[in-house]
Amino acid sequence: MSAFNLDITKERCPMTFVKAKLHLEGLEAGDTTEILLVAGEPLDNVPRTATEQGYQVLETIHVKDNIYKLTIKK
Amino acid sequence: MAEQKKLSIISMSGDFDKVIAVFTLASGAAAVGYEVNIFFTFWGLNSIKKETGRRFIGNGFMARFFNFLLGGRKNLPLSRLNFGGLSPILMTGMMKGKNVATLEELFDASKALKVNFFACEMAMHVLGLTKEDFIPEVKDVLGVASFLELSKGGQTLFI
Repeated sequence: MSAFNLDITKERCPMTFVKAKLHLEGLEAGDTTEILLVAGEPLDNVPRTATEQGYQVLETIHVKDNIYKLTIKK
Repeated sequence: MAEQKKLSIISMSGDFDKVIAVFTLASGAAAVGYEVNIFFTFWGLNSIKKETGRRFIGNGFMARFFNFLLGGRKNLPLSRLNFGGLSPILMTGMMKGKNVATLEELFDASKALKVNFFACEMAMHVLGLTKEDFIPEVKDVLGVASFLELSKGGQTLFI
């Protein structure tokens, strides 16, 4: 598995969103980050709300099983 | 008119499980970009007291006695099968074991995500409490009219 900055695959609602939001808030404008998450509620909502809040979702990669990796730019 | 992403919660219950619901919804909504307001009233005030255990706080003998019995965030009872306060401890253990956020984690997340906390003026008066008895994150002391104004245009829940 390649490098990532935040792993929320083990988290449950609502901490998946909470940790993602706090992580993204901590970035500087122009920074890029990678977030590991699982399919379902996190994959459906983390990229959607990030886009709504003005972040750019550059890439969504299927890593293995139900795990995905998002690349997000602030 | 654009939809307003705002969630306002009236937190009346001081039951452990219902307070968990309040902070789960609050932190989750704040994390996905909602403005979140929580209006704590009556037993709900227990979760924002500075003193998290049983303390004789408040003005007047009856109020001090009541507040001792009610306690704070660390001794909230489960709404069913409380078993003298044992169940919330067991429940917290089960939640940790299953990697689900505990009440304290949800509470801290709500603060970190800048959820707005408000206390009910009337309930504070009955229980002899002042703003100084609450955590500093409590933004203001409000009544019904101000809360309605604040929650206007969003969704409101009563827990």
